[in-house]
This record gives sequence, structure tokens and C-alpha cells, in this order.
Amino acid sequence: MKTIDAAGLHYKAFNEQVRAAVRAGEKNIHLVNVNGQRFIADAMPGDDVKITINGVPGNDLAVFMDGPTVIVNNNAEDGVGNTMNSGKVIIHGDAGDVIGYGMRGGTIHILGNVGYRIGLHMKEFETQIPVIIVGGQAHDFYGEYMAGGVQILLGLNSKKGANIAGHFTGTGMHGGVIYLRGGFEQHTLAKEAAIAPMEDADYKLIRKHLKNYCKDFNLDLEQIMERDFTKLAPPSARPYGGYYAY
Amino acid sequence: MHYRFEKDMSACGLTGFISRNRNRVDGEAIMSSICNMDERSNGQGGGFAAYGIYPEHKDDYAFHMLYTDADAKEATEKYLDRHFLIIEDDELPTRKTAGIVDPPLIWRYFLNVDEEVLHMNACDEEDYVVNAVMFINAEIPGAFVMSSGKNMGAFKAVGFPGAVGRFYKLDEYKAWTWIAHGRFPTNTPGWWGGAHPFTLLDWSIVHNGEISSYGINKRYLEMFGYKATLMTDTEVTAYLFDMLLRRHKLSIEVATMAIAAPFWSQIDHLPEEERKALTALRQVYGSGLLNGPFAFILGHKDGMVGINDRIKLRPLVAAEKGDILYIANEEAAIREIASPDRVWMPTAGEPVIANLKPEKDIVKEAPSCIKV
Repeated sequence: MKTIDAAGLHYKAFNEQVRAAVRAGEKNIHLVNVNGQRFIADAMPGDDVKITINGVPGNDLAVFMDGPTVIVNNNAEDGVGNTMNSGKVIIHGDAGDVIGYGMRGGTIHILGNVGYRIGLHMKEFETQIPVIIVGGQAHDFYGEYMAGGVQILLGLNSKKGANIAGHFTGTGMHGGVIYLRGGFEQHTLAKEAAIAPMEDADYKLIRKHLKNYCKDFNLDLEQIMERDFTKLAPPSARPYGGYYAY
Repeated sequence: MHYRFEKDMSACGLTGFISRNRNRVDGEAIMSSICNMDERSNGQGGGFAAYGIYPEHKDDYAFHMLYTDADAKEATEKYLDRHFLIIEDDELPTRKTAGIVDPPLIWRYFLNVDEEVLHMNACDEEDYVVNAVMFINAEIPGAFVMSSGKNMGAFKAVGFPGAVGRFYKLDEYKAWTWIAHGRFPTNTPGWWGGAHPFTLLDWSIVHNGEISSYGINKRYLEMFGYKATLMTDTEVTAYLFDMLLRRHKLSIEVATMAIAAPFWSQIDHLPEEERKALTALRQVYGSGLLNGPFAFILGHKDGMVGINDRIKLRPLVAAEKGDILYIANEEAAIREIASPDRVWMPTAGEPVIANLKPEKDIVKEAPSCIKV
């Protein structure tokens, strides 16, 4: 295990140290005194690399990341997993806005609450299917312009039936699937997203992903599954086709 | 004082904190906090506002002035002498600092208004001061008012905010509210007068974003005597708050609903009474609606406010530790100077408000032990 101290370091110098450690074959790296350093693990390859972060990492954590597992023991800021390709990010606190923006593969697990535009334009291709699971609540524009992938919002600390996803949920959604554990008010749903029936395959999929999630945070899967889920999916893959097609 | 007409990609960084118990600290903490977000600015503007810095002059209007040349200074001093009682004037203390080039003449005046003059002009004292600020900025070539409030001041320049703070010797001032900004100009030049904060009387505002309704807001404010002369969109928000909060006496909550009004589609689903109130507010203040992305910190004589645009197009985080409220773009900027008890992300369009305790309510606690 290698420990790298971020105290007082600009992100360029700091990330160069992290990168050098990975190049030298280090598989288990602890980053301490992190406070606002951006682009940690950006475009980093290595399925067997594990990076643990103590402190608040800066914007665009794991941007373009391609393999490693990143564990954050505190809150994270905006843009976690921006255009991430594969690997896993586990956040034990809250996270900011535009988490998983344009994400094309891999997994993001967040225990706490998140901000606005979570999963903005995330996408999938064949077996590359990104997954974002959030334990708390999300703000407005959850799943905006979503083109693929899976999002699960748990509302673990919310009362049964409480609105857990803000306004304008699924605006411009044209692919992928959202599962909300708990209620929401119909008028908060954008017209491009629609409630779809929950089928056996959906429960199977949720169980598969939540099993993994519960392991990361030491949670009880059966207790989480006690509450109903609502499935949101786009009724059209081209919601704006009529605007631009001749 | 040079102008650079460039267009860059946008960002801007802002941070601020307030001690509700009016405990004053020097400028080191606010400089550390804003420097944590240097990545958000590009050296084309940095600035600070500080409250509680002039206790020995707390009843005087403190004018911080920028002059391009001696002529501007002479003309302004003639004007000030004719319309105000000049209690004291001196050069605003600065030190030579790497990264701050070509500074203008920077002067400070403590001013009072002669009551007889007010009476003769049938004018409210604060309106009188506002008129003076508008006149100087619009009519005296090369003279710009950096700030004009009581017991507060703005300090701004072209440069990274850390260098700006060193240049103005902020380590030698003590304030209970500190607000800071690092600029990344988007559509307007990076120049000394265009750095944030924008101020009027004791209002000061720092902004991350872009006011795309600037033209409408500017023309609207002109009808009420405000002149936008500083070539930066944020300027209109300082005047808008002065109008809504001071002249129209709206509460901060109501003023925020006017400038960051909910969408009609959201208003439609509100209970009857709220729906009616918001409909009226949007009708009356339609031209005061701020369009485009923003995160603001607004400072004033009684407190500090953080506000986001209604669809959260810029980051804003709040935190609390004891009597201190912190607001910044990024949590790390707060953690750079504090270990907060609570950190949260304010909801879009909902103001985070902290008010100073009235001076008479502050009990000075005797220290229970001496820390070594």
C-alpha cells in the first residue's frame, strides 16, 4: 500500500504522483489530506487498482476513468464520473451536481444525497451499461437527457411516499431506465419520461445491482427491497424528432 | 489601469463567511479560502468585500475610489467637496505585489452628508449617496467608485484574488463578514472597475455565472435612476438588490422570488394564495427577473445571503460552524479554513440567509481558559 499526501498540493503535481505510483505497479493507493484537488484518477486504466481518498476531492473525480475502483470516505464535489468508461466510484458521503455526466460504463455508488442533473446524458452500448445508485435524495433534472444506463434512487432516509427526486425528472430522456424507491408527484415528471410497469426482470435487475451496493455500504438488502419501486422509461427514443426532422 | 478585451470560457469562484456574533478576523482566512479555487479564475479580476472594518468611522460613508489619472482625482474631489463633508481622506494602503500591474490611483474618503443639504434637496440620505455614486461613475472620466457603504469596503483589482488581497493588505483589516471573488471574464473586459464585488451603499455582490437578461435589467433600472457603467453584467444585480431591498423594502425571501422566480409550470401547482402572490410578483418585477446561470453572495450591513439561479446552473455549498455561516462554490474552499459542523447544498432559487446579532444582544463571554 502506498500513501500520498495531498496537503497544499496543486492538482497537477498531486495527480502526477498518483499516476507515477500506478505506473510503478502500485495496486492499493491511499490519498490523504485531499481538499479540492481536481481530476483525481482521470482517464486512469487498471481494473485491479484501488484508490482510497480521505478528504473532499475536487471536481471531475474519475473523469474518463477506465478501470480502477475509487473510494471516497467524505463528500465529493461536482462532475464525479464525467464520461467515465469503466471501473467503480464509491462515495460514503454526499456528492454534488452532474454526477455521471455522459457516463458510458462502470458504476457509481453514493450513500448520501446528490445535487442536480444526476446521470445527465449517460449512455449505453451493447454490454457497456453504466449504473448510478444513490442512497439519499436527488434534486431537479434527475436523469436529464438520459440516453442509456441504469439509475436507482433509494431515498433511504425519506418518509414513504415522499418526493425524492425534485422537479423535471427525466427531462429529454430517450433511453435507459430509472428506478425510484418511493413516491413522487406526477407533475414533477417531465413529459419525455413515463411510468412503466415493474416486471420480474426489473426486480431481478434491481436486486442484482443493489446486492453489490449493499455490500459496499454494509446495508440490509431485504430491508431496502421492502418498499415499492417506480420504473421510469422513455416512451420514445427520439422525443425531439418532430422538431428537427424534415 | 488597462483594459483587455478578451473572451474566455466561464467559471469564476466565490466564497464568503459571516460571524453572527460580530467576531472580527483578519483577511488571511478569506484569502486561503478563495485561493483554494484559483482554478476557477484566470487572473483577470479578483476582489473582496469586508464589513466591520472601520469602527472608528462607522457613521461615515467610506468611499473607495479608483482613478485612471490625477485629473479624474481632482474632478472627483471637487465634486465630493461640494456635496459632502469630507471627514478624512487618504491613499488606500497597498503594497507592491507580484501579479498586480499598472495600478490606478486608489484613494479613500470618509464622508458625511450635511443635513441641511438633504433638507434643501428634499432627498433621502441614502438616495443622495446613490445619486453621487451614479454621477461619479457616469460623468467623471476615469473615476470609479469601488464602494460607498458605512463601516465596509470593497478591494478589487486585475489579478488572481490572492495577489489582490496581498496588494490591499487585507491581513491588516478585521471584519465580521468577508466575501471574495476570483474572476474569469466571459463577455466583458477584465479591468479594475469590472472586478467583483459590485457595490452600492453597503450592498456588495459577487457572482459566478452570466446575467443574460442584462439588457432588460439595465434599461429597467435606468428608469429608477441607476446607471450601469462598469461593463460587467453583475453590476445590475447590485442596483437591483438596492432597489428591491432598500427602496421597495421587500424581504430577502420575496426579493429572491422576484429575481429567481419559479417557472409558471411550478407556480401552477402551488396553493391558491402562494400562486396569486407569485403571479403578482412576476408581473410587477418581470423586468427584474434574472435570466442565465448564477451563484451569488450578497453582503450587507446586517448580514450575508447566498443565492442560486432557479435551475441550479452554478455550484453553491453552505456550511456552519458555531456562529459562522460559510458559503462557497466548492466545499473544499470552506474546508480549507474550517471543519464545519454541517455542510449542505442549498436548493436552487432558495436564499441562504445569515443575519448579524444586534450589537446590544452580544454577550462578551469571559474566556474560560487560556489556550497555549
